[in-house]
Amino acid sequence: MKIKFVDSGFKKATTLIALFVVALTLFLVYDMATNSLPSIQKLGARFLFTSTWDPVKEDFGALPFIYGTIVSSFLALLIATPVSLGIAIYLAELAPQFIRQPLSFLVELLAAIPSVVYGLWGIYGLAPFLRETIQPFLARYLGFLPIFKGEFYGVSMFTAGIILSIMIIPTISSVSREVFLAVPSSQREAALALGATSWEKIRLAVLGYSRSGVLGAVILGLGRAVGETMAVTMVIGNRPEISASLFAPSYTMASVIANEFTEATSNLYISSLIEIGLVLFFVTLLVNIAARVLIWKVTNKVEGGIRE
Amino acid sequence: MNLFQKRKIVNRLMCSLAFLCAFLALVPLLSIFGYVVSKGITSVNLDFFIHLPKPVGEPGGGMGNAIVGSLILIGLSCLWAIPVGIWGGVYLSEFGNNKLGTVVRFTADVLNGVPSIVIGVFAYTLFVLPMKSFSAISGGFALGIIMIPTIMRTTEEMLILVPRTIREAALALGISQFRTTVSIVLKTALPGIMTGILLAIARIAGETAPLLFTALGNRFWQHGLTQPIAALPLQIFAYAISPFDDWHRQAWAGALVLIVMVFLMSFISRFVIARRYKFLRSR
Repeated sequence: MKIKFVDSGFKKATTLIALFVVALTLFLVYDMATNSLPSIQKLGARFLFTSTWDPVKEDFGALPFIYGTIVSSFLALLIATPVSLGIAIYLAELAPQFIRQPLSFLVELLAAIPSVVYGLWGIYGLAPFLRETIQPFLARYLGFLPIFKGEFYGVSMFTAGIILSIMIIPTISSVSREVFLAVPSSQREAALALGATSWEKIRLAVLGYSRSGVLGAVILGLGRAVGETMAVTMVIGNRPEISASLFAPSYTMASVIANEFTEATSNLYISSLIEIGLVLFFVTLLVNIAARVLIWKVTNKVEGGIRE
Repeated sequence: MNLFQKRKIVNRLMCSLAFLCAFLALVPLLSIFGYVVSKGITSVNLDFFIHLPKPVGEPGGGMGNAIVGSLILIGLSCLWAIPVGIWGGVYLSEFGNNKLGTVVRFTADVLNGVPSIVIGVFAYTLFVLPMKSFSAISGGFALGIIMIPTIMRTTEEMLILVPRTIREAALALGISQFRTTVSIVLKTALPGIMTGILLAIARIAGETAPLLFTALGNRFWQHGLTQPIAALPLQIFAYAISPFDDWHRQAWAGALVLIVMVFLMSFISRFVIARRYKFLRSR
């Protein structure tokens, strides 16, 4: 009798806690939505498509921040994806056994470095290096492209993209590595039996089989880049302007919240910042769901399954 | 050049490219480490750990209050996030093989992906607005939310690894499921759960964004949990973007302390505990 009583209580208590976590998440959405209501009602859809950001006249348009987030994240993906795939291929397929563990640990250490330390390094280590070495080179040989035009002060979209790419490398590489390891060895053996070289084996059997999982890993990296705040805030220059040049300072959605939230005085100002947060939430939500579905498709395939 | 030679060359090329990528990733790691150690080590001394920050222009001073503040914030977040995370994980592994379990697992994944700055905004509207003051409590709340998904999912994974036979043996002796779970299943999986908790702490120890408008920062020793509180990452941020050389040095010293703390926790969780756990599993 007593055992039954204790056990049903135990089950109820843990269920309650689990429900609490769900409720907390739902409440987060509800709370942010109600708090951004003034801005949604007053500014409507215009908020997302105009680019004036004037706290004095209370006219808010989030377009420069949305643009900054999109461009910096894609720049990061552009750099991080090939490098991460190289790492994952090396770690899963090519590296000698004794290197795999320590090397993957080192790559994952990149994820353990706090974002504010990345920012500090970005300001005093990376930005001067880019200014003195990389930027003159790019300006000389590729300066005719609009994306490499203009003055460069160290803080810019370019710097932010590079720092973001370093920060998302561990995410993309560790997830792709897992996806590669989920490829059944029969696939590899089949390729080898047909006389494939080890690169052909990787391209045909491993990459072919795990295509959607790799895409998932990249999207997961995108999710991380979109939400990253501190490091980007410290190196992007924080200027709400849309400029074609990557060397110009920019601003992202996360950075504007970080910089202006405590200074926001009027209700509408705070509520527009919260609305930016809400948009950020839904963007990362969609991105994460898409990534999980894609990764799940690979890791849950039947062993030795035939690729469609 | 025949086809065979071409294939061989492509093979060489791609394999070396992959190798190059792996070592390319180590360049920023070594650079960050080099910068933090070389620039920070000269300013890390006893004063740094026990003194308050000095006003601009006066050399010396430390981040004693920020280190204490960080510890208080970590303590506050552990206080509520560890029980919620572990019990949530117990639910998922013991009773979560149903629709609700899937929903909870999905929610945890969603929560894990929410940018930390958004969680800061949430904590602001929930605590700072009604209390009309930035506070340690709101900071601890925000950091706790970030910890929960990590702890919950590792707890679940570790509990699932505990063999079914152990549970059945206990139940067959007439022990309640509650006692079985607490004294046997949780106890067996404890090292693994500790790993999850340590990883979660390592993650929040460096978090700055959710503290910007909850804990806010403070230049003095702490007087209460409803007051603004200093934190190491916040102090590093404030000093890094300041125009003063002396403060930059302090920022590097703070970064060194923070990075050593975080790496130590990752290291312990990965090697020491993981090894002990492997040993347990193989028995």
